[in-house]
Amino acid sequence: MDAFRNKLDGKLAALLFFEPSTRTHESFRVAALNLGMDICGFADPKASSVAKGESLMDTVKMFVGYGVDVIIMRHGKAGAVRYIAERVNIPVINAGDDSNEHPTQALLDTYTIHEAFGKIDGLKVGMIGDLRYGRTVPSLAYALSNFDVEMHFIAPPALMLREHVRMFLEERGADFHEHDVSSLSSILPELDVLYVTRIQKERIPDEMEYEKVRRSYTVTRELLKNAKESLIVMHPLPRVDEIRSEVDGTKHALYFRQASNGMYVRMALLYSILKEG
Amino acid sequence: MKDGELLVRKINEGVVIDHIRVGRGKIILSMLGVDEKYRFVLVSNVESRKLGRKDLIKVEGWFPKKEEMEIIALVSGEVTINIVKNNEVVEKFKVSPPSRVEGFVKCRNPRCITNDEREKEFVKPLLEKVSGSPLIYSCHYCDVRMDESEILRNLTVSGR
Repeated sequence: MDAFRNKLDGKLAALLFFEPSTRTHESFRVAALNLGMDICGFADPKASSVAKGESLMDTVKMFVGYGVDVIIMRHGKAGAVRYIAERVNIPVINAGDDSNEHPTQALLDTYTIHEAFGKIDGLKVGMIGDLRYGRTVPSLAYALSNFDVEMHFIAPPALMLREHVRMFLEERGADFHEHDVSSLSSILPELDVLYVTRIQKERIPDEMEYEKVRRSYTVTRELLKNAKESLIVMHPLPRVDEIRSEVDGTKHALYFRQASNGMYVRMALLYSILKEG
Repeated sequence: MKDGELLVRKINEGVVIDHIRVGRGKIILSMLGVDEKYRFVLVSNVESRKLGRKDLIKVEGWFPKKEEMEIIALVSGEVTINIVKNNEVVEKFKVSPPSRVEGFVKCRNPRCITNDEREKEFVKPLLEKVSGSPLIYSCHYCDVRMDESEILRNLTVSGR
Protein backbone atom coordinates (compact mmCIF):
# COMPACT_ATOMS: atom_id res chain seq x y z
CA MET A 1 0.00 0.00 0.00
CA ASP A 2 2.91 2.33 0.72
CA ALA A 3 3.64 2.48 -2.99
CA PHE A 4 0.36 4.30 -3.46
CA ARG A 5 0.46 6.56 -0.43
CA ASN A 6 -0.07 10.20 -1.40
CA LYS A 7 -0.13 9.31 -5.11
CA LEU A 8 -3.19 11.54 -5.54
CA ASP A 9 -1.87 14.43 -3.47
CA GLY A 10 -3.72 17.62 -4.35
CA LYS A 11 -6.82 15.88 -5.70
CA LEU A 12 -10.17 16.60 -4.10
CA ALA A 13 -13.01 14.07 -3.65
CA ALA A 14 -16.60 15.00 -2.84
CA LEU A 15 -18.34 12.35 -0.76
CA LEU A 16 -22.02 13.09 -1.25
CA PHE A 17 -24.02 10.64 0.84
CA PHE A 18 -27.66 11.50 0.45
CA GLU A 19 -28.42 8.37 2.44
CA PRO A 20 -26.63 7.58 5.67
CA SER A 21 -23.75 5.11 5.48
CA THR A 22 -20.99 4.07 7.81
CA ARG A 23 -18.95 1.38 6.11
CA THR A 24 -18.96 2.57 2.52
CA HIS A 25 -18.51 6.21 3.47
CA GLU A 26 -15.63 5.54 5.83
CA SER A 27 -13.86 3.12 3.49
CA PHE A 28 -14.01 5.66 0.66
CA ARG A 29 -12.88 8.41 3.04
CA VAL A 30 -9.91 6.44 4.34
CA ALA A 31 -9.06 5.27 0.80
CA ALA A 32 -8.97 8.89 -0.38
CA LEU A 33 -6.92 10.02 2.63
CA ASN A 34 -4.42 7.18 2.11
CA LEU A 35 -3.93 8.38 -1.43
CA GLY A 36 -3.22 11.89 -0.13
CA MET A 37 -6.51 13.32 -1.38
CA ASP A 38 -8.52 16.02 0.32
CA ILE A 39 -12.17 15.33 0.90
CA CYS A 40 -15.33 17.38 1.24
CA GLY A 41 -19.04 16.62 1.33
CA PHE A 42 -21.37 15.04 3.83
CA ALA A 43 -22.15 11.63 5.32
CA ASP A 44 -25.68 12.46 6.36
CA PRO A 45 -28.21 14.32 4.21
CA LYS A 46 -29.63 15.99 7.30
CA ALA A 47 -26.42 17.96 7.48
CA SER A 48 -26.70 19.14 3.87
CA SER A 49 -28.82 21.70 2.08
CA VAL A 50 -30.87 18.80 0.67
CA ALA A 51 -32.69 18.92 3.99
CA LYS A 52 -33.76 22.46 3.05
CA GLY A 53 -35.29 21.22 -0.18
CA GLU A 54 -32.41 21.86 -2.58
CA SER A 55 -32.48 19.76 -5.73
CA LEU A 56 -29.91 17.05 -6.25
CA MET A 57 -28.43 18.75 -9.30
CA ASP A 58 -28.04 22.09 -7.49
CA THR A 59 -26.17 20.38 -4.66
CA VAL A 60 -23.90 18.56 -7.10
CA LYS A 61 -23.24 21.69 -9.18
CA MET A 62 -22.05 23.47 -6.08
CA PHE A 63 -19.39 20.82 -5.44
CA VAL A 64 -18.40 20.73 -9.11
CA GLY A 65 -17.97 24.50 -8.82
CA TYR A 66 -15.53 23.98 -5.94
CA GLY A 67 -13.29 22.11 -8.36
CA VAL A 68 -13.65 18.58 -7.03
CA ASP A 69 -11.95 15.90 -9.12
CA VAL A 70 -14.37 13.08 -8.40
CA ILE A 71 -17.82 12.64 -6.89
CA ILE A 72 -18.54 9.60 -4.74
CA MET A 73 -22.26 9.45 -4.29
CA ARG A 74 -24.91 7.42 -2.51
CA HIS A 75 -28.58 8.16 -3.00
CA GLY A 76 -31.90 6.73 -1.88
CA LYS A 77 -33.42 6.77 -5.35
CA ALA A 78 -32.61 4.21 -8.03
CA GLY A 79 -30.77 5.68 -10.99
CA ALA A 80 -29.87 8.94 -9.22
CA VAL A 81 -26.14 8.35 -9.66
CA ARG A 82 -26.44 7.61 -13.38
CA TYR A 83 -28.55 10.75 -13.76
CA ILE A 84 -25.77 12.86 -12.22
CA ALA A 85 -22.91 11.03 -13.96
CA GLU A 86 -24.40 11.84 -17.35
CA ARG A 87 -24.68 15.53 -16.58
CA VAL A 88 -21.34 16.49 -15.04
CA ASN A 89 -17.92 16.43 -16.68
CA ILE A 90 -16.01 14.74 -13.84
CA PRO A 91 -15.98 11.07 -12.79
CA VAL A 92 -18.88 9.96 -10.57
CA ILE A 93 -18.65 6.75 -8.53
CA ASN A 94 -21.84 4.99 -7.48
CA ALA A 95 -21.61 4.22 -3.77
CA GLY A 96 -25.10 2.67 -3.79
CA ASP A 97 -28.41 3.78 -5.26
CA ASP A 98 -31.47 2.47 -3.45
CA SER A 99 -32.10 -1.23 -4.16
CA ASN A 100 -30.56 -0.87 -7.58
CA GLU A 101 -26.80 -1.30 -7.50
CA HIS A 102 -23.67 -1.13 -5.37
CA PRO A 103 -20.91 -1.64 -7.93
CA THR A 104 -17.87 -0.92 -5.74
CA GLN A 105 -19.13 -3.56 -3.30
CA ALA A 106 -19.21 -5.99 -6.24
CA LEU A 107 -15.59 -5.07 -7.04
CA LEU A 108 -14.43 -5.75 -3.51
CA ASP A 109 -16.52 -8.95 -3.34
CA THR A 110 -15.04 -10.36 -6.55
CA TYR A 111 -11.58 -9.27 -5.40
CA THR A 112 -12.10 -11.12 -2.11
CA ILE A 113 -13.22 -14.27 -3.93
CA HIS A 114 -10.21 -14.06 -6.22
CA GLU A 115 -7.88 -13.50 -3.29
CA ALA A 116 -9.25 -16.61 -1.55
CA PHE A 117 -9.17 -19.00 -4.53
CA GLY A 118 -6.70 -17.41 -6.95
CA LYS A 119 -9.45 -17.58 -9.55
CA ILE A 120 -13.14 -16.89 -10.07
CA ASP A 121 -13.88 -19.19 -13.03
CA GLY A 122 -15.21 -22.60 -12.13
CA LEU A 123 -16.57 -21.64 -8.68
CA LYS A 124 -20.05 -22.24 -7.30
CA VAL A 125 -21.36 -19.15 -5.55
CA GLY A 126 -24.48 -19.18 -3.36
CA MET A 127 -26.20 -15.92 -2.47
CA ILE A 128 -28.77 -15.98 0.30
CA GLY A 129 -31.06 -13.54 2.07
CA ASP A 130 -32.86 -10.54 0.67
CA LEU A 131 -32.03 -10.78 -3.02
CA ARG A 132 -34.87 -8.47 -4.01
CA TYR A 133 -34.35 -5.25 -2.07
CA GLY A 134 -30.67 -5.60 -1.28
CA ARG A 135 -28.39 -3.79 -3.73
CA THR A 136 -25.24 -5.84 -3.27
CA VAL A 137 -26.54 -9.08 -4.81
CA PRO A 138 -27.60 -7.63 -8.20
CA SER A 139 -24.22 -5.92 -8.60
CA LEU A 140 -22.31 -9.05 -7.55
CA ALA A 141 -24.40 -11.18 -9.92
CA TYR A 142 -23.72 -8.75 -12.79
CA ALA A 143 -20.00 -8.88 -11.99
CA LEU A 144 -19.93 -12.69 -11.75
CA SER A 145 -21.79 -13.00 -15.05
CA ASN A 146 -18.47 -11.97 -16.65
CA PHE A 147 -16.96 -15.25 -15.39
CA ASP A 148 -17.64 -18.93 -15.75
CA VAL A 149 -19.43 -19.18 -12.40
CA GLU A 150 -22.41 -21.24 -11.27
CA MET A 151 -24.68 -18.96 -9.26
CA HIS A 152 -27.26 -20.22 -6.75
CA PHE A 153 -29.80 -17.70 -5.48
CA ILE A 154 -31.40 -18.83 -2.23
CA ALA A 155 -34.30 -16.81 -0.82
CA PRO A 156 -37.93 -16.93 0.24
CA PRO A 157 -40.11 -16.37 -2.86
CA ALA A 158 -41.05 -12.82 -1.80
CA LEU A 159 -37.38 -11.83 -1.64
CA MET A 160 -36.12 -13.56 -4.80
CA LEU A 161 -34.31 -11.62 -7.56
CA ARG A 162 -36.18 -8.81 -9.28
CA GLU A 163 -37.38 -9.61 -12.75
CA HIS A 164 -35.03 -7.25 -14.58
CA VAL A 165 -32.01 -8.72 -12.78
CA ARG A 166 -33.09 -12.23 -13.75
CA MET A 167 -33.70 -11.13 -17.36
CA PHE A 168 -30.29 -9.49 -17.53
CA LEU A 169 -28.61 -12.68 -16.31
CA GLU A 170 -30.58 -14.76 -18.82
CA GLU A 171 -29.54 -12.42 -21.63
CA ARG A 172 -25.91 -12.73 -20.53
CA GLY A 173 -26.24 -16.51 -20.66
CA ALA A 174 -25.27 -16.76 -16.98
CA ASP A 175 -25.46 -20.16 -15.31
CA PHE A 176 -27.83 -19.51 -12.40
CA HIS A 177 -30.36 -21.40 -10.30
CA GLU A 178 -33.00 -20.23 -7.85
CA HIS A 179 -33.88 -22.11 -4.66
CA ASP A 180 -36.17 -21.62 -1.72
CA VAL A 181 -34.40 -20.60 1.45
CA SER A 182 -35.33 -23.91 3.09
CA SER A 183 -32.93 -25.76 0.76
CA LEU A 184 -29.77 -24.07 2.04
CA SER A 185 -28.48 -27.14 3.89
CA SER A 186 -28.87 -29.37 0.82
CA ILE A 187 -27.09 -26.93 -1.52
CA LEU A 188 -24.39 -25.88 0.90
CA PRO A 189 -22.05 -28.91 0.41
CA GLU A 190 -21.60 -27.97 -3.27
CA LEU A 191 -20.74 -24.32 -2.73
CA ASP A 192 -17.34 -22.63 -2.78
CA VAL A 193 -18.72 -19.27 -1.66
CA LEU A 194 -21.72 -18.51 0.54
CA TYR A 195 -22.64 -14.84 0.29
CA VAL A 196 -25.06 -13.96 3.09
CA THR A 197 -27.18 -10.82 3.19
CA ARG A 198 -29.43 -9.43 5.86
CA ILE A 199 -33.21 -9.57 5.66
CA GLN A 200 -34.78 -6.41 6.96
CA LYS A 201 -37.66 -7.27 9.21
CA GLU A 202 -40.01 -4.79 7.54
CA ARG A 203 -39.72 -6.71 4.25
CA ILE A 204 -41.65 -9.64 5.73
CA PRO A 205 -44.62 -8.11 7.56
CA ASP A 206 -45.85 -11.44 8.97
CA GLU A 207 -43.98 -11.99 12.23
CA MET A 208 -44.18 -15.80 12.13
CA GLU A 209 -43.07 -15.92 8.51
CA TYR A 210 -40.14 -13.63 9.32
CA GLU A 211 -39.06 -15.88 12.20
CA LYS A 212 -39.34 -18.95 9.99
CA VAL A 213 -37.22 -17.41 7.24
CA ARG A 214 -34.67 -16.07 9.72
CA ARG A 215 -34.24 -19.45 11.38
CA SER A 216 -33.98 -21.29 8.09
CA TYR A 217 -30.84 -19.52 7.04
CA THR A 218 -28.93 -18.66 10.16
CA VAL A 219 -25.34 -19.67 9.48
CA THR A 220 -23.97 -21.64 12.42
CA ARG A 221 -20.94 -23.87 13.05
CA GLU A 222 -23.30 -26.82 12.96
CA LEU A 223 -24.55 -25.90 9.49
CA LEU A 224 -20.99 -25.45 8.20
CA LYS A 225 -20.03 -29.00 9.19
CA ASN A 226 -21.51 -30.11 5.90
CA ALA A 227 -19.65 -27.50 3.86
CA LYS A 228 -16.48 -27.91 1.81
CA GLU A 229 -13.28 -27.33 3.76
CA SER A 230 -12.52 -24.46 1.44
CA LEU A 231 -15.94 -22.78 1.61
CA ILE A 232 -15.75 -19.06 2.30
CA VAL A 233 -18.60 -17.21 3.99
CA MET A 234 -19.01 -13.58 2.95
CA HIS A 235 -21.35 -10.80 4.06
CA PRO A 236 -21.46 -7.14 2.98
CA LEU A 237 -22.14 -6.22 6.65
CA PRO A 238 -23.69 -5.04 8.86
CA ARG A 239 -25.01 -8.41 9.98
CA VAL A 240 -27.66 -8.90 12.61
CA ASP A 241 -27.84 -12.58 13.51
CA GLU A 242 -27.82 -14.27 10.10
CA ILE A 243 -24.22 -15.36 10.79
CA ARG A 244 -23.68 -16.38 14.40
CA SER A 245 -20.62 -14.92 16.06
CA GLU A 246 -19.42 -18.51 16.71
CA VAL A 247 -18.62 -18.67 12.98
CA ASP A 248 -16.21 -15.71 13.21
CA GLY A 249 -13.35 -17.87 14.46
CA THR A 250 -13.68 -20.52 11.74
CA LYS A 251 -11.55 -20.69 8.61
CA HIS A 252 -14.70 -20.10 6.57
CA ALA A 253 -15.34 -16.59 7.90
CA LEU A 254 -14.08 -14.03 5.42
CA TYR A 255 -16.42 -11.11 6.01
CA PHE A 256 -14.08 -8.95 8.02
CA ARG A 257 -11.31 -9.52 5.50
CA GLN A 258 -13.87 -8.62 2.83
CA ALA A 259 -14.73 -5.37 4.61
CA SER A 260 -11.09 -4.32 4.87
CA ASN A 261 -10.57 -5.19 1.21
CA GLY A 262 -13.20 -2.53 0.54
CA MET A 263 -10.74 0.18 1.46
CA TYR A 264 -7.96 -1.22 -0.77
CA VAL A 265 -10.25 -1.81 -3.73
CA ARG A 266 -11.63 1.71 -3.45
CA MET A 267 -8.06 3.06 -3.30
CA ALA A 268 -7.29 1.13 -6.48
CA LEU A 269 -10.44 2.44 -8.13
CA LEU A 270 -9.75 6.07 -7.23
CA TYR A 271 -6.14 5.72 -8.36
CA SER A 272 -7.07 4.12 -11.69
CA ILE A 273 -9.59 6.88 -12.39
CA LEU A 274 -7.55 9.88 -11.26
CA LYS A 275 -3.89 9.02 -11.90
CA GLU A 276 -2.10 11.36 -14.27
CA GLY A 277 -1.23 10.11 -17.73
CA MET B 1 -62.22 -1.34 -51.42
CA LYS B 2 -60.00 -2.06 -48.45
CA ASP B 3 -61.02 -3.45 -45.09
CA GLY B 4 -62.80 -0.93 -42.93
CA GLU B 5 -63.02 1.74 -45.58
CA LEU B 6 -66.56 0.91 -46.56
CA LEU B 7 -67.85 2.37 -43.32
CA VAL B 8 -66.71 5.98 -43.84
CA ARG B 9 -66.13 8.41 -46.61
CA LYS B 10 -62.69 9.46 -47.79
CA ILE B 11 -60.92 12.48 -46.34
CA ASN B 12 -59.49 15.32 -48.42
CA GLU B 13 -56.51 16.36 -46.31
CA GLY B 14 -55.16 14.60 -43.26
CA VAL B 15 -54.10 11.22 -42.06
CA VAL B 16 -55.40 7.68 -42.11
CA ILE B 17 -53.87 5.49 -39.43
CA ASP B 18 -54.37 1.85 -40.25
CA HIS B 19 -53.65 -1.48 -38.59
CA ILE B 20 -54.20 -0.13 -35.08
CA ARG B 21 -54.63 -2.89 -32.53
CA VAL B 22 -58.27 -3.31 -31.53
CA GLY B 23 -59.33 -1.03 -28.70
CA ARG B 24 -56.28 1.22 -28.94
CA GLY B 25 -57.75 3.74 -31.42
CA LYS B 26 -59.73 5.56 -28.75
CA ILE B 27 -56.71 5.75 -26.45
CA ILE B 28 -54.59 7.23 -29.25
CA LEU B 29 -57.16 9.91 -30.09
CA SER B 30 -57.60 11.04 -26.51
CA MET B 31 -53.89 10.83 -25.69
CA LEU B 32 -52.90 13.09 -28.52
CA GLY B 33 -55.83 15.44 -27.92
CA VAL B 34 -57.00 14.85 -31.51
CA ASP B 35 -60.54 14.09 -30.38
CA GLU B 36 -60.96 17.65 -29.08
CA LYS B 37 -59.37 19.57 -31.93
CA TYR B 38 -60.10 17.81 -35.21
CA ARG B 39 -62.87 16.13 -37.15
CA PHE B 40 -62.16 12.43 -37.00
CA VAL B 41 -63.62 9.03 -37.63
CA LEU B 42 -62.72 6.03 -35.51
CA VAL B 43 -63.59 2.68 -36.96
CA SER B 44 -63.24 0.01 -34.36
CA ASN B 45 -63.11 -3.76 -34.39
CA VAL B 46 -63.26 -4.19 -38.17
CA GLU B 47 -61.99 -7.23 -40.03
CA SER B 48 -58.35 -7.22 -41.04
CA ARG B 49 -56.42 -9.73 -43.10
CA LYS B 50 -53.24 -8.88 -41.18
CA LEU B 51 -54.52 -8.60 -37.61
CA GLY B 52 -57.84 -10.46 -37.61
CA ARG B 53 -59.51 -7.39 -36.10
CA LYS B 54 -58.26 -3.83 -36.05
CA ASP B 55 -59.05 -0.17 -35.42
CA LEU B 56 -58.63 2.54 -38.05
CA ILE B 57 -58.59 6.31 -37.60
CA LYS B 58 -59.13 9.07 -40.16
CA VAL B 59 -58.42 12.63 -39.07
CA GLU B 60 -59.21 15.62 -41.27
CA GLY B 61 -56.65 18.44 -41.31
CA TRP B 62 -54.09 16.82 -38.98
CA PHE B 63 -50.61 15.63 -39.92
CA PRO B 64 -48.92 13.90 -36.97
CA LYS B 65 -45.36 14.90 -36.09
CA LYS B 66 -42.67 12.23 -35.77
CA GLU B 67 -42.99 12.09 -31.95
CA GLU B 68 -46.75 11.78 -32.23
CA MET B 69 -46.38 8.89 -34.66
CA GLU B 70 -44.03 7.20 -32.20
CA ILE B 71 -46.58 7.57 -29.41
CA ILE B 72 -49.19 6.00 -31.69
CA ALA B 73 -46.92 3.03 -32.43
CA LEU B 74 -46.05 2.69 -28.76
CA VAL B 75 -49.73 2.41 -27.84
CA SER B 76 -50.75 0.19 -30.73
CA GLY B 77 -47.70 -1.65 -31.97
CA GLU B 78 -46.75 -1.19 -35.63
CA VAL B 79 -49.24 0.94 -37.58
CA THR B 80 -49.53 2.06 -41.19
CA ILE B 81 -49.70 5.81 -41.71
CA ASN B 82 -51.30 7.24 -44.87
CA ILE B 83 -50.83 10.95 -45.49
CA VAL B 84 -53.65 12.31 -47.64
CA LYS B 85 -53.42 15.53 -49.64
CA ASN B 86 -55.89 16.68 -52.31
CA ASN B 87 -57.90 13.47 -51.93
CA GLU B 88 -54.89 11.30 -52.63
CA VAL B 89 -52.56 9.22 -50.51
CA VAL B 90 -49.22 10.97 -51.07
CA GLU B 91 -47.22 9.03 -48.50
CA LYS B 92 -47.71 5.60 -46.94
CA PHE B 93 -45.35 4.09 -44.42
CA LYS B 94 -45.17 1.87 -41.36
CA VAL B 95 -44.18 3.19 -37.92
CA SER B 96 -42.83 0.89 -35.23
CA PRO B 97 -42.50 1.54 -31.48
CA PRO B 98 -39.50 3.86 -31.00
CA SER B 99 -36.15 2.73 -29.65
CA ARG B 100 -36.24 5.49 -26.99
CA VAL B 101 -39.27 6.94 -25.24
CA GLU B 102 -38.53 10.19 -23.46
CA GLY B 103 -40.87 12.11 -21.21
CA PHE B 104 -44.28 10.59 -21.71
CA VAL B 105 -44.13 7.19 -20.06
CA LYS B 106 -43.38 7.15 -16.33
CA CYS B 107 -41.04 4.51 -14.97
CA ARG B 108 -43.08 1.94 -13.03
CA ASN B 109 -40.55 1.87 -10.19
CA PRO B 110 -41.78 4.29 -7.50
CA ARG B 111 -38.21 4.43 -6.15
CA CYS B 112 -36.77 5.60 -9.49
CA ILE B 113 -35.16 9.05 -9.52
CA THR B 114 -37.53 10.06 -12.35
CA ASN B 115 -40.48 9.60 -9.94
CA ASP B 116 -38.93 11.64 -7.14
CA GLU B 117 -41.21 14.57 -6.32
CA ARG B 118 -38.31 17.01 -5.97
CA GLU B 119 -36.21 15.79 -8.91
CA LYS B 120 -38.78 15.00 -11.58
CA GLU B 121 -38.81 18.66 -12.56
CA PHE B 122 -35.20 18.16 -13.71
CA VAL B 123 -35.01 14.57 -14.92
CA LYS B 124 -37.51 13.23 -17.42
CA PRO B 125 -38.29 9.52 -17.65
CA LEU B 126 -36.39 7.76 -20.41
CA LEU B 127 -37.14 4.24 -21.56
CA GLU B 128 -35.06 2.20 -24.00
CA LYS B 129 -36.43 -0.63 -26.10
CA VAL B 130 -34.97 -4.00 -25.13
CA SER B 131 -37.19 -6.17 -27.29
CA GLY B 132 -39.74 -5.58 -30.06
CA SER B 133 -41.71 -8.79 -29.71
CA PRO B 134 -42.82 -8.98 -26.98
CA LEU B 135 -42.49 -5.23 -26.56
CA ILE B 136 -40.23 -4.54 -23.57
CA TYR B 137 -38.57 -1.32 -22.47
CA SER B 138 -35.98 -0.75 -19.78
CA CYS B 139 -35.68 2.41 -17.67
CA HIS B 140 -32.47 4.19 -18.64
CA TYR B 141 -31.89 5.22 -15.02
CA CYS B 142 -32.97 2.32 -12.79
CA ASP B 143 -32.97 -0.59 -15.32
CA VAL B 144 -36.47 -1.75 -14.35
CA ARG B 145 -38.24 -3.43 -17.29
CA MET B 146 -41.72 -2.57 -18.51
CA ASP B 147 -43.94 -4.62 -20.78
CA GLU B 148 -46.72 -3.37 -23.02
CA SER B 149 -49.44 -3.32 -20.37
CA GLU B 150 -47.18 -1.48 -17.92
CA ILE B 151 -46.32 1.06 -20.58
CA LEU B 152 -50.01 1.72 -21.26
CA ARG B 153 -50.66 2.09 -17.54
CA ASN B 154 -47.86 4.61 -17.17
CA LEU B 155 -48.55 6.87 -20.14
CA THR B 156 -48.57 10.47 -18.97
CA VAL B 157 -49.88 12.21 -22.12
CA SER B 158 -53.51 11.28 -21.59
CA GLY B 159 -55.83 14.17 -22.49
CA ARG B 160 -53.02 16.36 -23.83
